[in-house]
Amino acid sequence: MADVQMINLTIEGRPAQVPAGTSILEAAKTVGVLIPHYCYHPGLPVAGVCRMCLVEVEKAPKLAPSCATAVAEGQVVHVHSEKALEARKGVLEMLLINHPLDCPICDQAGECELQDYTYQEGRKEGRLREPKRFNPMEDFGGDVVYVTNRCILCTRCVRFMDSMAQDPVLNVSERGDRATIGKFEGKDLTHAWAGNVIDLCPVGALLSKDSLNKVRAWELDRTASICPNCSQGCNMMIETRDQQIVRLRPRPNEEVNQFFMCDHGRLNYRWMNRQDRVELPMVRQGGTLAGADWEQALRAGAGLLAGKRAFVLASPMLSNEALFLLQRLAKKTGGAGAFRVPTAPDEAPLPGVEDLARRRDLAANGRGAELFGFTRSDTPLAGLQAGDVLIVADEELAGADAADIAKAGAVIVVGTTLPAWARHAANVVLPIANFTEEDGTFTNLRGRVQRFMQAKAAPGLSRPSFFALGDLLAAMGEGSGYFTAADAFKALAAAQPEFAGMSYETLGMKGATVQGAASGVGA
Amino acid sequence: MGSPHKPHERETLVLSKHFGEAEARTLEGWKKRGGYAALERALRMEPAQIVDVVKASGLRGRGGAGFPTGIKWSFMKPGDGKPHYLCCNADESEPGTFKDREIMRWTPHALIEGVAIGAYAIGAETAYIYIRGEFTEPIRVMEAALVEARKAGIIGPNAMGSGKTVNIWIHRGAGAYICGEETALMNSIEGRRGNPRIKPPFPAVAGLFGQPTTINNVETLAAVPHILNNGADWYKGLGRADNPKSTGTKLWSVCGNIQRPGNYEMVMGFPFGEFLHDVCGGALPGRKLRAIIPGGSSVPIQTIEEAEASLMDYEGMIAGGTMLGSAGCIVIDDAQNLVKQIARLARFYAHESCAQCTQCREGTGWTTRILERIVAGDGTPEDLDTLLSIADNMTGKTICVLSDSCATPVVSGIQKFRGDFEALIKRRTAHPVTAAVA
Repeated sequence: MADVQMINLTIEGRPAQVPAGTSILEAAKTVGVLIPHYCYHPGLPVAGVCRMCLVEVEKAPKLAPSCATAVAEGQVVHVHSEKALEARKGVLEMLLINHPLDCPICDQAGECELQDYTYQEGRKEGRLREPKRFNPMEDFGGDVVYVTNRCILCTRCVRFMDSMAQDPVLNVSERGDRATIGKFEGKDLTHAWAGNVIDLCPVGALLSKDSLNKVRAWELDRTASICPNCSQGCNMMIETRDQQIVRLRPRPNEEVNQFFMCDHGRLNYRWMNRQDRVELPMVRQGGTLAGADWEQALRAGAGLLAGKRAFVLASPMLSNEALFLLQRLAKKTGGAGAFRVPTAPDEAPLPGVEDLARRRDLAANGRGAELFGFTRSDTPLAGLQAGDVLIVADEELAGADAADIAKAGAVIVVGTTLPAWARHAANVVLPIANFTEEDGTFTNLRGRVQRFMQAKAAPGLSRPSFFALGDLLAAMGEGSGYFTAADAFKALAAAQPEFAGMSYETLGMKGATVQGAASGVGA
Repeated sequence: MGSPHKPHERETLVLSKHFGEAEARTLEGWKKRGGYAALERALRMEPAQIVDVVKASGLRGRGGAGFPTGIKWSFMKPGDGKPHYLCCNADESEPGTFKDREIMRWTPHALIEGVAIGAYAIGAETAYIYIRGEFTEPIRVMEAALVEARKAGIIGPNAMGSGKTVNIWIHRGAGAYICGEETALMNSIEGRRGNPRIKPPFPAVAGLFGQPTTINNVETLAAVPHILNNGADWYKGLGRADNPKSTGTKLWSVCGNIQRPGNYEMVMGFPFGEFLHDVCGGALPGRKLRAIIPGGSSVPIQTIEEAEASLMDYEGMIAGGTMLGSAGCIVIDDAQNLVKQIARLARFYAHESCAQCTQCREGTGWTTRILERIVAGDGTPEDLDTLLSIADNMTGKTICVLSDSCATPVVSGIQKFRGDFEALIKRRTAHPVTAAVA
C-alpha cells in the first residue's frame, strides 16, 4: 500500500480516504453510504449505462455517474442532494414505465433492487398513460429463463458472459425502448458458470428455472456456508425454508470465488435434503440392527475397537474436524485411513477470474483428508487388513469390493445414511449430521480453511460429526468429547502443525490458508 | 442523385466551388483544379507547423460541436510509440444535414487530401473515413477516388514521394444515427455495437482500438487544404470582422418549406434573415415561414423572428437562442402542424437511441408516445408538464447527447409554440372516442 497514492474526499459530509483510481461509488461504501445503482457490479467491467448512481459533485457542471467517476483530492460529493435525488427519481420512473408491476408474482420480489430503490427514493405514482410495451418470455437455455418485460437493460448479464465466462452468448438486441437482451442464434446459456447471470440480474428478468415460482425471498433463511460440490471451496449462502434447502447462491470472497458460483455447485443441493436419513444409533443384536441410545451405541463401538486396529474409510465430504478425530482414532489403534474422490473428466473454469474453476475433484475436503494422513485411492479398501475394525465414515461404499468388506472383523458406520450393504455388515451405526446441519470447516484445494455454519436441524437423534466422533474417542478413553465445533477445531489446530494458530475467530468468514500450502496441489 | 443548384451570387464558394463538375471527381480533373498542391506542401512541413496554421485559421469542427480543430489536433502526441488514428466522420446522420454528402459526391479528392493532411499533422499513419451506409453514391465515388489516389502514390507507404506513410480506408456504416457520435463511430469501426463510450478517456487518449485518435468531420477536413493553400489569414478574413471566433465559410443544407432548398456555402456571420428570404428564396407562394431548426434536428427550434435576427455563425446562433450545429436547416411554414413535426423528430430519436442509458432509451419512446397521442387529439393539459419534466430528466444526464437532442426540440417547441400544443389538446373534448367513453 505504501506506493499507492491515497485520495481524501468528503462524501455526504463524511471524510473518506481511498486509493487513487477508486470510483466514487466504491469510496462511498467505505464510509457507509450506498449509492443506488443497477449496471455497476464490483465483479464486472464498468458500463455506466443505468445512470442510477448519479451524484452531485461540487464544482462539476453535471451530475456524475459515481461508478465511472474516479475520486479526486478534495472532492465534495452529495449523494442525497435535491438535484441528485431528482435525477435518480427520474431514472426510476423511466425504468418503471415499461416494467410490469407484477411484483406479487415475481420471484425477485423481496430481493429486487428496482423495488428497493423505488421504495427508497422513487415517485409515489407513475405518470405513464400509454400502454406498456410487451415482449414474450424466452428460454435462455441452461437454468435461465428471461422475462423480457422486467428487464432494465443494465447489461450485467451480457458483460458477465463476455468478460467473465468469455462465452459471448448474450447481447443487446434492437435499439431504443424496443431493446432486449438477445441470445445469439443457435447458442444457449449452457456455460458451466452461466447461472451467475441470475444472481447478477438486479431485477426479476433472469430467473432460475430450478427455483421458479417455488419460494418468496422473504420466507428464506440464509446461512453462510461453503459449496461442497468440488474442491474449489466457493463461498456460498444456503437458503432454507422450513428446514429444506431451496437455493444455493454465491457469497463474495475475493480470494476464492469473487462473486460467483458454478451451475454444478449451485444446482447440486437436493442430496442435502435427503429424506432417507439414518435417524437413531443402532447396534447389531443377533442377526438384526436394532435401535439403541447413544450411550449404548458408543459403548458398543468402543467395545469393538478395544485392542483392534481400526481402518477408516472416510468421505472427502467430511469436515476437517471430523477427519481430524477419525485420524486420531486410527492412530490410537495403530490403524490407517483412506478415501476416494469422485472426479469429473475436466475442470470447468471461469476464465475471467484467476484460479477459479469447477474442479475435477467433486468433493469439498480431499485436501483436508490428505492433510490428516488419509490415503487417496480408487480402491480405498486395499489397505484393510483381515480382522480390522472398518469404520465407514459417511462413505456410501458403492462400487467398492464387497469381498474387501468381508475381511473386516467388525464394521462401524458413522454416517448420514445407511447404505443397503450396511444393513447386513454394520455392527454399530452412529448417525451424524450432514454439513448443512453442523458447524465445521473445509480445506479447499489451495489449502484454504473456510468455515461453514449450520443451516438446518439434523434429523432424529443424529449428532454433529465432531460431537459423535469426540464421544466415541471419549468412550475409548481419549479426551472427553467436544460440545462445539470451535472446541474441536481448537484441538485440531493444537495437534496439526499446518493449522497452528488458527481458530474460528481468526478464520472469520473468509478463511485462511494452511501453512506450507502456497504451492497447492492441482486437480 | 441530382446536380446542385446554380450558386447564388451571395454565396462564397470555397468547398463547393466545383460541385456539379463531373470532371472534378477524377484525379486528373482535380489536379487541374489545383488539387493535392496543399498535401504536397504539407508533407514537406513539420506536423506541428500544420497544426499551428490550422490553429491560427480559427477553423472549428463542422460536425456540430464546433471545437477548434487545431487545438483538437494538438491533443495528439505523435512519437509516443503508439499507433495513432484519424477518423473522418462522414456518417452525416443528423436529420436535415446533407453537406458532407455533396463534398464526397463531387469533390472526393478534396476530402482525401484533407484527410491525408490531417493524418500527417497528428502523426497518424492510418485514417478511416466512416461513411454512412445509405450514401451509396458517395461511397462509390469515394472508393473510386481512393483507388486512383492510391495508384498514383498520393497516399500509401510513400505519400507523394515524401517517404511518409498515409493510409486511408473507407468504412461503411450500417444505418445507425448514433454511429455519427465519435465514440460510437469508433466502436462501429472496431466491429462492435455502435454504442457511445463513457468519457473520459477521451479519444485523444484512448480512442480507436484503444489508441490515441482524432475524429474530424468531412467539411472540417475538406477545408484544411484551402487553409494551407491560401493561408490562415485568408481564412480568418472570410468571417465577420467583429467575431474572430467563427472563421471561414460554412456549408448550409436547407430543406423544408422554402423556395430553393439545397446546399449553400456562406461566410460565417452572414445574416440569417437575408439568407432565408433572399438566398433561399423565402417562403413558398401564399405561405409564411414560421419556425426554423437551423443546425440539424438536435438544436432548439427558432421562431422565424428569432431566425431573422440571427447571424450565421457559432456565436450568432447561440445569441439567437439556438446552435449552429451541423447547419442542417429545416424550414417549417404556417401550413404545417408543428406538433406533428416535433413528434416526428422525437420518433426518430426513439428509433435511434442506442438503448444504453435509461433516460434516453425510455425517455425518447415515452416522449414520442405522448406527442403522438397529442397529435391524435387525445392530449391532456398535464401532458405538457410531463413532457417538460421528462425532457429535464433526459438532459445532461446520459453518456452522449442523443437524449438531450430529443429533449431539445420538445422543450423549445413547447416554450415557443405552446399555443400549437394547447390547440390540439383543446380539441380533445370533441374527440369522438373520448366523448363516447366520458
